[in-house]
Amino acid sequence: MGKLIVHQDKVTDINAMISICPFNALEEKDGKLEVNAGCKLCKLCVKKGQPGAMEYVEEEVKTVDKSLWNGITVYVDHVNGEIHPVTYELLGKAGELAKKINHPVYAIFIGSDIEKKAEELLHYGVDKVFVVDAPELKDFQMESYTAAFEAFVNEIKPSAILVGATPVGRQLAPRVASRFNTGLTADCTILDIHENTDLVQIRPAFGGNIMAEILTPNSRPQLATVRYKIMDAPERSAEAKGEIVKISVPSEKLKTRTQVLGITQKQKEKSIENADILVVAGRGLKKKEDIALVRELADALGGDIACTRPLAEAGWLDAKHQIGLSGRTVRPRLIITCGVSGAIQFVAGMNNSDNIFAINTDPNASIFKVANYAVIGDIYEVIPKLIEQVKQGKGVKA
Amino acid sequence: MEILVCIKQVPGSNKVEVDPVTGVLKRNGADSKMNPYDLYALECGLKLKEQYGGRVSVITMGPPQAQAIIKEAYAMGADAGAIVSDRAFGGADVLATAHTLAQGIKKFGKFDIILCGLQTTDGDTAQVGPEVSEQLDIPCVCNVKEIKGVEGDNILVDMEMAQDIEHLKVSFPCLITVQKDIVQPRLPSYLKKKDTEAREIVMYTLKDMEDQNKNNYGLNGSATQVQRIFPPTSDKVQVTWDDPADVLAEKIYSTIKSRKLLG
Repeated sequence: MGKLIVHQDKVTDINAMISICPFNALEEKDGKLEVNAGCKLCKLCVKKGQPGAMEYVEEEVKTVDKSLWNGITVYVDHVNGEIHPVTYELLGKAGELAKKINHPVYAIFIGSDIEKKAEELLHYGVDKVFVVDAPELKDFQMESYTAAFEAFVNEIKPSAILVGATPVGRQLAPRVASRFNTGLTADCTILDIHENTDLVQIRPAFGGNIMAEILTPNSRPQLATVRYKIMDAPERSAEAKGEIVKISVPSEKLKTRTQVLGITQKQKEKSIENADILVVAGRGLKKKEDIALVRELADALGGDIACTRPLAEAGWLDAKHQIGLSGRTVRPRLIITCGVSGAIQFVAGMNNSDNIFAINTDPNASIFKVANYAVIGDIYEVIPKLIEQVKQGKGVKA
Repeated sequence: MEILVCIKQVPGSNKVEVDPVTGVLKRNGADSKMNPYDLYALECGLKLKEQYGGRVSVITMGPPQAQAIIKEAYAMGADAGAIVSDRAFGGADVLATAHTLAQGIKKFGKFDIILCGLQTTDGDTAQVGPEVSEQLDIPCVCNVKEIKGVEGDNILVDMEMAQDIEHLKVSFPCLITVQKDIVQPRLPSYLKKKDTEAREIVMYTLKDMEDQNKNNYGLNGSATQVQRIFPPTSDKVQVTWDDPADVLAEKIYSTIKSRKLLG
């Protein structure tokens, strides 16, 4: 918390100062250097600018008694009581974080007729599962779910809350965070915790080519969303541990200004998010027809085809095959990228894959930074030979 | 019907690099543009106006040069526009941004429907819309894949969920965030651009806001703080193969096979 002050007498070269700012927030006005509304207070001008030209002044901050806020909580993402697997992944992470600061692990489960389903959570290292169970909560509506969440936060005062970045989590978390005037960090890829219970939230920022480490130092609870398949799910323990605690919320609090008219099931389609083997087409492909080559490799391997954003945007493959920040996050056992350069928005959607093979002609392609096997070669030469190998191998087996 | 669309100016390109030696962000000087997701929201607003009558206004928060995207919205058919801009608003996270926008919206007028794009291409959080709805205490539906129509003081929408589509009736005033591809955005019209060249853009600064406490804006009003930024690193075990194609194919295949990765 603070502000920037310009010491004009220490500014020796205005244009040099202006060029330091990545946000165009420094400008010249009547021969003076000024900070405009574009400033994100990254303080690069203080660090890299002419000595003494920019000063960062701390201002008084509001504080919170962090010792009053206890427990790492996971929001149980579900549809009709069917728990989304991201929940287990987050429980695993919550367990790690809680251990470091000696806090309990909580889960908050909001819905209708879900008490029985809550028992399954007791196999994943949770100390208490708080259940808000009411007929009004049958279908997700932002207002009623926020009200239930609010009741939980007020009663339990958890230090941190992890929410799966699912269609529900992505809209519920901000409404809750805003209600408590607290911080929320979207799509964290790494989470850690300081001794003072500050959650260390790391995510790709500024469009993705940079990682940002973010804290919520002066407010509680701290909220973070995490995408599916970013964290590791713990093993299900045979015995159930922990307890289920009911929280009741008066039904007038669950009133909404929305009305659910009905629910239609989407047509089930094979999703790349659940694939074990993926072959990815990138911009190294010369024309749309060449998708067939990549598809043939995917078929031979018994896997699915995926693609990068430019290909989905060009309409070469449907957007549901797109990997990356604006597409799907995947975590297959095997992924082979073909002619993919490796923009970080793409990498963010696949770098947790178990075995990454990248085929690219450019030895400096950034995909090679994440690849386990960097294959420098032409996809038009390597893929046909690889298909041959795979088919031969299968022939031998048969 | 009073319709408001929230829009944002974003960098023309997402390519930001960090100089590994100095740690300074490299700027590539690319142009700014309207957040592509907002075009869908604006188109939805314009279509609602065409069907049910009313007015489409746009609001943005950002430096003064962000007025450019309001001009663009005018050329697409928006009737009025406001920019919320003040140095005190700089460095805002989601919470402070939502607060500032909500303050600006209250000042700008009364709206039946507030439309937002799903997310921005620079922040990628998809959080500002729902936080604004909380600040305004109005119902909110995100991830809308279809607007079915307006019935009295309600809007009928389809929300996309992981497995289902939820059909909802939402009472005015409300905030809706729409998915990409919900409609095909129109192109700006040259005639409209000429016609609206002189049209006013309202500017709101801190002194216009109902909440005068500057600690609720910008960096001071932000609950999250960026501690540091760093280039992404990778710590994986890696090998590089640079051989003729048939050798490469053989190496890939034998590795896949020995690691039992075949389907």
